Amino acid sequence: MAECPICGGTVNLGEDTVEGELIACADCGAELEVTGVNPLTLAEAPKEEEDWGE
Amino acid sequence: MDKVRVSIAGGSGYTGGELLRLLLFHPRAEVAQVTSESLAGKFVFKAHPNLRKRTQLQFSALDDLRPCDVLFVSLPHGKSMEKMREFRALAPRIIDLSADFRLRQERDYREWYGNSHACPEMLGEFVYGIPELHREEMKRTSFISSAGCNATVTILGLYPFFKLGIVDPNRTVVEVKVGSSEGGNAPSAASHHPERSGAVRSFMPTNHRHTAEVIQELSFREAIQIHMSVTSIEMVRGALATSHVFLNQPLEEKDVWKVLRQVYGEEPFIRIVKESEGTHRYPEPKWLIGTNYCDIGFSKDEKSNRMVMISAIDNLMKGAAGQAIQAFNIMHGFEETEGLEFPGLHPI
Repeated sequence: MAECPICGGTVNLGEDTVEGELIACADCGAELEVTGVNPLTLAEAPKEEEDWGE
Repeated sequence: MDKVRVSIAGGSGYTGGELLRLLLFHPRAEVAQVTSESLAGKFVFKAHPNLRKRTQLQFSALDDLRPCDVLFVSLPHGKSMEKMREFRALAPRIIDLSADFRLRQERDYREWYGNSHACPEMLGEFVYGIPELHREEMKRTSFISSAGCNATVTILGLYPFFKLGIVDPNRTVVEVKVGSSEGGNAPSAASHHPERSGAVRSFMPTNHRHTAEVIQELSFREAIQIHMSVTSIEMVRGALATSHVFLNQPLEEKDVWKVLRQVYGEEPFIRIVKESEGTHRYPEPKWLIGTNYCDIGFSKDEKSNRMVMISAIDNLMKGAAGQAIQAFNIMHGFEETEGLEFPGLHPI
């Protein structure tokens, strides 16, 4: 379990969670990225940004 | 399993129709009688076409009402208080959906409704009918006064913050947008289709009667002030309250989430709706049609201590009949969600 950095809700994660995995908070719907597994830490996932074709 | 025998006094209106729809399919209830003076002797589907072929009940006259276990009273405001002494002789438990027993003080009826009360000795016997505020009292009482629709949507959005004393008690401004069913089923010049369709009509910019209920239920430490306006919009069912409050301490949005979880975390009919992106970021009445949910969202102004609470309900459900059934369930020790599991429609 980890805490959602946006709403403070509890986010349940499986034991096989890996760093860099993207998940969603069931309470606020935020897209989150697993930034560490020992201990478990989450951060808001970067939003998709416009690709100007470069 | 013995069923509770229930009757509805005043069942031809929109609220009465919703009560009947819910009670006919409630696993613990058996509908004995439904009254209507204008439709006595006619099948109930004459007033409620959605119930055609689902019941053979016919409307009775009020004078023909027989004893029952629970009487739901859905008479116009002012009529309920006139008949309540007779009703209590017919049923040991009463759930009244009018405004007649919501306020505790008789003087408040003179101030907000402009008339004296016909049955003041019973005011103190009724429990105000929002389960999220009065669940424990509902388990012990025989009389429940179901809350007003605009009051319910406002109170549920604001309750956690007034209860915990974290907002300025005198600086709350509420704007409630409502649908046409709040006006009842009696036609008028104002509800004539060419006048009503497409309207965004300031119905009650000040002095809305439900303000009295909001003040009563949110005054925990001192008498608070609520500044409330009601606007009719193009919608049949639904109420959306946008409430502006001013925090008296620095809270971030994450803290507000914690407050809402602390107060509403176990509530079966309260949902927090707040997402940072997408179409459905905040509560919308449209997705609550036919349900007993109250959806609550919020936004904290980054440049001030203003916080905007957004709450939505179906006025005929959580704002009337649904909430009354929830109270019925609590009163009898039934599962609180029985008969109220419908999750709504999407799209609609």
